[in-house]
Amino acid sequence: MNAAAAGTPPLQPAAARAPTVTLAHGAGGRAMRALIERTILPAFSNPLLAPLEDQARLSIADLAAYGDRLTFTTDSYVVTPLTFPGGDIGKLAVFGTANDLAVSGARPLYLSCGLVIEEGLALDELARIVQSMGRASHEAGVAIVTGDTKVVERGAADRLFINTAGIGVMPAGVNPSAARARPGDAVLVNGTLGDHGVAILLARNELALDAPVLSDCQPLYSLVAAMLAACNDIHCMRDATRGGLATVLNEFAASSRVGIRLREAALPFNETVRGACEILGLDPLYLANEGKLVAVVPGPHAGAVLAAMRAHPAGRHAAIIGEVCAEPAGNVILATAIGGDRVVDMLAGEQLPRIC
Amino acid sequence: MCLGIPGRVVEITDAVNKLGLVDVCGVRRQINLACVVDAEHSVAACVGDWVLVHVGFAMSRIDEHEAQLTLELLEQLGEAQGEINAMQPVT
Amino acid sequence: MRYADEFRDPDKARTLVAEIVRLAAPLAADRGRPLQIMEVCGGHTHTIFRYGLKAMLPQELIEFVHGPGCPVCVLPMGRVDNCVALARNPNVIFTTFGDAMRVPGSHGSLLQAKADGADVRMVYSPLDALQIARKNPGREVIFFALGFETTMPSTALTVLQARREGIGNFSLFCNHITIPATMKALLDSPDLMLDGFLGPGHVSMVIGNRPYDFIARVYHRPLVVSGFEPLDLLQSLWMVIKQIAEGRCEIENQYTRIVPEEGNAQALAAVGEVFELRDFFEWRGLGSIEHSGVKMRADFARFDAERKFSMPHLTVADPKACQCGDVLKGLIKPHQCRVFGTACTPETPLGALMVSSEGACAAYHQYGRLTRTAQPAAAASA
Repeated sequence: MNAAAAGTPPLQPAAARAPTVTLAHGAGGRAMRALIERTILPAFSNPLLAPLEDQARLSIADLAAYGDRLTFTTDSYVVTPLTFPGGDIGKLAVFGTANDLAVSGARPLYLSCGLVIEEGLALDELARIVQSMGRASHEAGVAIVTGDTKVVERGAADRLFINTAGIGVMPAGVNPSAARARPGDAVLVNGTLGDHGVAILLARNELALDAPVLSDCQPLYSLVAAMLAACNDIHCMRDATRGGLATVLNEFAASSRVGIRLREAALPFNETVRGACEILGLDPLYLANEGKLVAVVPGPHAGAVLAAMRAHPAGRHAAIIGEVCAEPAGNVILATAIGGDRVVDMLAGEQLPRIC
Repeated sequence: MCLGIPGRVVEITDAVNKLGLVDVCGVRRQINLACVVDAEHSVAACVGDWVLVHVGFAMSRIDEHEAQLTLELLEQLGEAQGEINAMQPVT
Repeated sequence: MRYADEFRDPDKARTLVAEIVRLAAPLAADRGRPLQIMEVCGGHTHTIFRYGLKAMLPQELIEFVHGPGCPVCVLPMGRVDNCVALARNPNVIFTTFGDAMRVPGSHGSLLQAKADGADVRMVYSPLDALQIARKNPGREVIFFALGFETTMPSTALTVLQARREGIGNFSLFCNHITIPATMKALLDSPDLMLDGFLGPGHVSMVIGNRPYDFIARVYHRPLVVSGFEPLDLLQSLWMVIKQIAEGRCEIENQYTRIVPEEGNAQALAAVGEVFELRDFFEWRGLGSIEHSGVKMRADFARFDAERKFSMPHLTVADPKACQCGDVLKGLIKPHQCRVFGTACTPETPLGALMVSSEGACAAYHQYGRLTRTAQPAAAASA
């Protein structure tokens, strides 16, 4: 945030101000213990966290029951605003990391949660967010088993940053990889594209647009399990978060050294998201999603996987959107609605609304 | 700068300052109607109009009849082409 | 999407392409070269690339020459430096359209200035900038007014509103430019070879079709005012080629659903009240063009950032390696520029043509790679 503030707000009597997070809450003493026990622990409630040791202790035998490889990932969440239509930073932090595990075919099991809180954040806002994380972890079937809390001075963090790391276990024989796309494979997505990106843009309200667009933030593991049941050899799978569908497909095309041909007419979009993109001159192929995955599936199994997706609540609008070819290797081509062809390149920098 | 998008005026929010609400596929935004208001077409009369929206201003009322004519012309062109093709001897 | 989707119909596109090919083939054969048609407007360049229209038209028959109709692309570096200097003033809130934020000046772009702490804010409309002024009475709000005649009315009407309300902390940094003067400068250029024009549909929505008469009458080139959907462009292209085939040379209007013959009276009145022509204005890559820019009239001095703030006139030469001017005039294609794709890329742009998404170079870089690399193979299999 820039330093050129408009002037200090008038002082309010102490009683009228809502309680806020202070540096004491991060100092390791009583205030912090109270914050954890009264606000965080009840929200995340699970027996592995309750002892509040410095580390969570997880049974290896229990993990091995799920498969033969441990998966481990981390992500940090810095979204503004903290709450937006369809979700909040806490929900994102849980589903986002769980999904990073799920798209390998792994069963997400445990998360850590690191909070970096800017001094002055309202305590009840923090409470709402950790409660949202608790609900999300329950919905995703994961437990938040360890964490850390830091409070920094005003201006040193944008209200709240969250880091979550996650552990999952992959069942034997499942091995999606960006390098495994092959000519003849089909490309599938589980629903409408660009919803999260537009929801955030509108929530920031810089553009004074009003639209009922919700972030698509949702957990994907049970959808993935249904897909693997239909075809246990899914070649590639990623969630299309920052950079959108176009970025994931370019990664697949480059790693696998294949061409990917998309059909514009087959891409699923929410009408309102399309409208917002038209007004702002944004390309929805590059907008972030938080509940969408892209899968590359052997051609003969595409129908079965699609059916399994559509039968699942997280895949109602799933579609086959393209196919993998030998040429042009390393590139993604879009067959446009009008009948022409164009390259879908990697994004250079951040996409800005245009007026031209 | 050229980006203009068709939208429908759904409400007048401030008749004095000629401001209204436009709807583009469910996205709503307040826009200025000064360029589409004149002696024959008041601010209130704009409700229901389809307009071209550019940087928060309605710049032109879309002429539905002209739009139809344009599309019909293309339709006819396609039909004429189809007939010509049908008449070509099969080689 | 009504009035948009119908103009993206692939069947009608196929029909138009077939007609274009049928008409263009003998014309190209006669000339021994493809027909060269300039689309003036950056928005048209964007449609051509975004929908892959180039790939649908045989390159031996039709060549699109990309014109300078992208106001972001033709911003001289000196003006960008002025913007950055204004933005760095701690009391200023500098508001701008999104695509102008990345244009490189000699000491960075507005986006970089923002990262350094300047209060630079992206807006969708000049009305939003005025609202920021109302909400921040203690700060000076400057709106970076750029764009052709399409955008002048919105800026003018905003200033008139500010005057009605007596708002004292709002001003424009006016960089509006005019299309007809620019087209005349292009047509006067000895090395330019063009058979016809696709005219800027939204500029015409404001100024009407009469201002282009000189192009047909004096310079003997046909021009068709075109809409922005792919069918609009294809139909306009067909109409231009039909004129050439029939030996006609006229100004025609394809975009009749939006463009009135005489333009928009209210828009022109507002523009006339607030702005007047500058004697000349500098264009990146094209140099100084007479009567190609507008400034605010003396009556509106208190809304004119150029008068309110001391701003040196900065003439900054383009980087030596830049061939932006030649690309803007359609003399070379983007990939023929010596730094295209090497020193000059979307991540490290040397010139504005690579920054703006309507810039021919950015479009080529993003969309056009394969058309060029595929050409030898296509020629072999044709």
